[in-house]
Order: sequence, then C-alpha cells, then structure tokens
Amino acid sequence: MLHRESGVFKTSYAADMALYPLPIARWAVAAVILLFAVVLPLTLHEYYLSIINLSLIAVVGALGLNILVGYTGQISVGHAAFMSVGAYTAANLAVHLHLPFWVTLPAGGLMAALIGAIVGIPSLRIKGLYLAIATLAGQLIIEWVINHTPAISGGAQASIEVPRPTFMGYEMKTQGQLYFFLLFFAALATLATLNLVRSRIGRAFVAIRDQDIAAEIIGINIFRYKLLSFAISSFYAGVCGVLYTYYFGIANYEAFQIGVSIDYLAMIIIGGLGSVLGSILGAIFVTMLPIAIRLVMEPLGGLFFNAGELSSVIASTRLVLFGCLIIFFLVVEPEGLNRLWRNIRNYFRVWPFSY
Amino acid sequence: MSKSTSWRTATIAAGAIALAAGAASAQDKELVFGLQCDRTGATQTVGIYLCPGYHDYINLLNSKGGVEGYKIRVMEIDHEYKVPPAMEAHERFKKEGAILEGVYGTPQIAALTKKLEEDKILGTSPGFGNSASTDGKRYPYVFPLAASYWSQAAAAVTFVKKDLGGSLKGKKIAYLFFDNPAGKDPIAILEDLSKSEGFELKTFAVPSPGVEMGAQVLDITGRYKPDFVIAHLFGRSPSVSIKEFKGKGYPLSKVISLVWGASEADIKAAGGYEVAEGYHTLQFAGVGGDFQVIKDINAMYQAQGKPAPKEQETSVFYNRGLVIAALHVEAVRNAIKAKGGAKPTSEDVKNGMEAIKGFTLGGMVPPMEVTREDHEGGGWVQVWSVKGGKLVKDGEWFQAYRDVIKKHLAATN
Repeated sequence: MLHRESGVFKTSYAADMALYPLPIARWAVAAVILLFAVVLPLTLHEYYLSIINLSLIAVVGALGLNILVGYTGQISVGHAAFMSVGAYTAANLAVHLHLPFWVTLPAGGLMAALIGAIVGIPSLRIKGLYLAIATLAGQLIIEWVINHTPAISGGAQASIEVPRPTFMGYEMKTQGQLYFFLLFFAALATLATLNLVRSRIGRAFVAIRDQDIAAEIIGINIFRYKLLSFAISSFYAGVCGVLYTYYFGIANYEAFQIGVSIDYLAMIIIGGLGSVLGSILGAIFVTMLPIAIRLVMEPLGGLFFNAGELSSVIASTRLVLFGCLIIFFLVVEPEGLNRLWRNIRNYFRVWPFSY
Repeated sequence: MSKSTSWRTATIAAGAIALAAGAASAQDKELVFGLQCDRTGATQTVGIYLCPGYHDYINLLNSKGGVEGYKIRVMEIDHEYKVPPAMEAHERFKKEGAILEGVYGTPQIAALTKKLEEDKILGTSPGFGNSASTDGKRYPYVFPLAASYWSQAAAAVTFVKKDLGGSLKGKKIAYLFFDNPAGKDPIAILEDLSKSEGFELKTFAVPSPGVEMGAQVLDITGRYKPDFVIAHLFGRSPSVSIKEFKGKGYPLSKVISLVWGASEADIKAAGGYEVAEGYHTLQFAGVGGDFQVIKDINAMYQAQGKPAPKEQETSVFYNRGLVIAALHVEAVRNAIKAKGGAKPTSEDVKNGMEAIKGFTLGGMVPPMEVTREDHEGGGWVQVWSVKGGKLVKDGEWFQAYRDVIKKHLAATN
C-alpha cells in the first residue's frame, strides 16, 4: 500500500507540527475534497446526488447522536424530536419573519439545544435504560406539543411550507444545488465534531462515559458536562431537522417520529460508537443499503418475475436482507464499520510484511 | 476476407441495427408511471392490496395494446411509510422518465409537494393528503383525486343527516379520529357544519399507534351517548374501534367511517361481518367484484393459466388501486389525444388530468370532473354498509356541501 510511515524525515519544526505529517495523508485529504466538491457533482446523475443528499443530512444527525451516546455514554431515544424542534423553529422564522437560512439554521439548532438540555436533566440522576425511557417520554411529549399547538405547527396539517434557501440571490432547488448546500453543513459538522472531541469538552465527555464518579473526582463538573452534551447533541439534531426542512421545502413533524430516532441509533451502532468516521459510515450505510439492495434486485428479480410480482418480492426481501446484513456486520465486527475500516487499514499498512 | 464471411458480417450488422432500431421504437412507444407504495411499513394493510390492483389494471391495458398505442411500464418503489425514501423514489422516477407519480401517504405527499411542482410532474394523493391541495391554482401538481378529507367529512355529515331523519337540529355527533394531521384535517369542516346544521360536535382523539381506544369509546358510549359517530382511523385501528363499539353495546349502524377505515380487511380483523353488522363506510371507488374491468382482469389471468388474484378479497383497496391506475391512464389518454398521438410530456399529462370528465369505468369511478381549480374532481363518494355478511351499496355517488368546502379553500389559500 501507499501508506508508508518510514522514510519520512522531518527537518523543521513546521513539518513536525503539520496537521498531516505524511504526504499520503495530505494527498488523501485533497483527493476527498476534490471528489466531493468537483468530481461527484460533475459526474453523477441528479438521482444519485439525491441519495447522497439524504446521506449528508443523516450524517449531521448521526454525528450529533454519537456525541451524546458514543462519547458521553448517555442514551437518547428522542433524537428525532429535537430535529422537529429545529425544523419548526426554522420554518416559523423563515415564513413569519422572512429570515434567510444562515439565521434560521443556527436558530433552529439553538432552540433544539435548549429543549435538549431540558430533556437531558433526568440524566443527572438516572442512567442506561431508565434514561432511555425518560428521553422516550421527551420524544412523545415534543411530538404531542407540536401536534396540538397551532402557533408552532401552523394549523391542523402541522406542516409549514418554507421557501428554498437562497444565498446572495442564488436560489438552491435542484438536487445539484442542494448538494452543495448540504455538503457545506455536513463538512462543517464533521470538522466541528473532530475538533470538539479533541478539546477539553470532548475529553470530559469521554471521562464521564468511562466512569462518571471518577470523572467527578478528578474535577469534571458532571452537571455541566452532561447537560452540555445533551445541548450539543441536540444542536446537531436541530440543524439536521432544519436541513430536512429546507431539503423537502416543508416542516412536518410526521417525518420526525419515534422510528426515526431508532434509525439514527442504528446508524451510530452500526457505524461505531464514539467515532466520527463511524457516524459517517453508519449514516451512509443505513441510508444507502436499502436503495442498493433494490438496485441490485431489480435486474436480478426481473429474470424470474413480472413487474407487478417483482415489486412485492423486492419490498419484502429487502427488509429481510437489510436485517440480515446488519446482523452480519455486527457479528463480524461488533465495534462497527469504523473498527472494520481500521482493521483493514492496519492490515494493509504492514502488508505484505505483516510480521 | 472471403465473400461468405463478409456476407455474414453484413447480415449480423444489419440484424444488430434492426434490433437497435426495434428497441428504440419500443422506447418511443413506452410511457413510465411512478408508483410509491407501502407494502412493508405502518400502513401495509392498505399497500398489499392497493398496489397489486394498480399493476393488474396496467397489465390488462398493456395486454390490450396499451393506451393509444403506447405501452405503460410501472416503476414501483416501496417507501415503508418513511419520508426520505419518498424523495429518493421521486428522483428515481424522474431519472426513468416518469410522466406522472402515484404518491402514497400524507407525510410523503407533503414532503414532495414542492419538488413535484419544481419538476413539473403531477402527483396524485387519492383520498388522503392536505385537503387544501384541492385548490389547483395554489398546488398545480398535486391531485387529491376523488375526495379529500374535507369532502369525506362533509359527505359523512350528509349521510348522518339523512339517516337521522333529515334534520340534525339538537343531535349529538361524536368524531373519533387518529391524532395526527390527517385525522385532524376534517375538524374545521365538521365544526363549521355543526354551527350551520345545529348539531353538537365532540371530538375524541386516539393517539398513535391507535390500537388502544377503550377509554375513548367508553367515553363516547357511556358518557356522551351521541346519536351518531363519525370515525376517521388508519391502519389497524379501525378494526379495534369496531370491536370496542360492539363490546360496549353501541349499535354499529350508527357509526360511519371515512375512507381508510372502510375495507373488508378491517371488518375481518374486527371479528367478521356478524360483529360489524350495520357498519357504514365511505368509499371513493366501487366495492366488490361485480365490474366489467375485474372480469376482464380475471379473464386475463385465466388465459395465462393462473387463478384470479387473491388480493381481490379486499376489494375496497384493490379496486382503489384499479381506480387510481385508470385515472392515471385516462389523464395520459387525454394528453395523447390533445397532442394528436405524439408522446406526451409530464406537463401534457397534468393538463390531461385536468380534462378528466365523464369517465366512470362501469360505475367503479365516481362521476368526477377535474378542472384547473378543482383537483379532486368534485369530492364524490359512495356509502357502503355491512349487511348480511357483505358490503352493500347504500345509495349512489354523491357530493356534499361544496359551498362550505369552497369557502374553506378560499380561506386557507
């Protein structure tokens, strides 16, 4: 493989302090940026961009949930409800006050952070499954409040249509245009998380996860950091909800029900708890796998069934295959796709001289 | 190169060209319909009957030569009643060149409304969705065909009025509904009618997932004691409501359900026709197998040596699939005729849909008239009631309180 650490000699302090000391790492980062910013949008059909767009939104939400569940060790089954808080905050601001997305997006995130911190208060006393049930209550209460408060939901349909996001007079509405809009925020969320988990706050989160009493003894304010974790995680969820709102052009709480919370938990468990790359891989996996299964099964199944029968067969077998693949990946590597990727990388790092 | 091989090469080349040309002309004579389904999600009790009905109608049409010489290819995508896959499905349909889309699910049509308009592809939301989308000027590419929730609620009140002897003055009506946007949509109409008709209205919400409503039904039957109940439930919950009313001794002949609690499957899940005797249902498609189109479908299956599709047992949803397919085809037929036989674009199909008039499919489709302003085509429904072990038609197609609905449309839009 190209990933060679030997033979890299640093001759200056600047080289020693560089963010990416290996040339291969610099090239890889440049290649990834080139791929996402230029190659993919230029070469892919709009349809494939739409799948990537859905994955990008999911990445933001999964990163947020991983901060709470993976890094701080607090469980939340109310993630989707925080998305709806962000979605309705942004939609109301965009429609009633005509604010642009660069105001409504952080506003939605901040409102979700506030609500998230409130829902997180029980985490100071209870842990594990008990906390899961407490956050589940949060999910149901938020859903109910939105559904029954016309001032928030905008009427019986509980949906608020928002205008497309515009930036310097440029309206983003096709999948290609929305791709850059979503890519920017997904990249920002990834960078922010990478830096957060390496900061004092991130270290405190990990200390709380590993042993909260020990963390308290070494001087970490548990009250502050647990609520901060809920707030930051909910901020991501809120932003994710705002992105969904701008992507669909409508805020509708039915898109953020309990099942969505479970989907996001599945993403981070499959991807790998407590890892940024894992959140990204998990979000992509859960979003794209059902689509991939269908794309493979359509030509294959066409050999055996006619169109009407095929749709029924695909719909049912897809669920079975999806479940089986999740079990398969978790059995092969319980620590998730992130660990799987690291194992592969470490193998090739010393290949072919693995001894 | 010898003479014989060059001949062979030439023949092969000619054959290949002919094949390619044939394929190209097949492409030119093929129209793609997108169909979103829920066969595996929260409302799979509908999808597993409705979608096969849709396919059967298109297959029947194709076996008879298609529509105006064009064959139809149905591209179905199952979205499990989730919202993001609905967007993926729409983009896939667009990539495959779909000229119209059958959308399924109220949250899904809400999420696609903007995109459908931007891409100029019409989407139908038969019997569900946002009632305000009846207004074709504000929502040009959404068609809540047959009857929106508002029209259904108004029709239910009309039926109750007739059943209670022509006047609703001083009567009490309970509205039992699923506590989601779709369930709450008709309340505005019911409240308005309760003022103009002089009846008392009380609403009873059933929280999701709607399989537990003992308290609500007890409240209705024991405390409120209404003269009639209008029920608006989805999925598994209609069968639970039938069981609960029966168990509390409330006469089911004083219960009418809107269109999604109205199938044979609901009645069977509640314990059979004896349990549900008297239960009234609203329908936006004809019920039962006594239609020419169903006989044609069964003949088509027989010719292939197969038995009639078992989905016909739940004819309420199966027939709705037929009706949705038939309306899609009719819109395309209008579009092709308007273009003098040329291949229609999605915008032509939208205009074709707005020209549907006097198409009844032997009484299965309501006598709707879709116009640019009115995208539901008049809000026609039929009442079918459980009598003696089957669903029996209770009167002809009717529409109700159009003035009230128009007033509400004008107020919201």
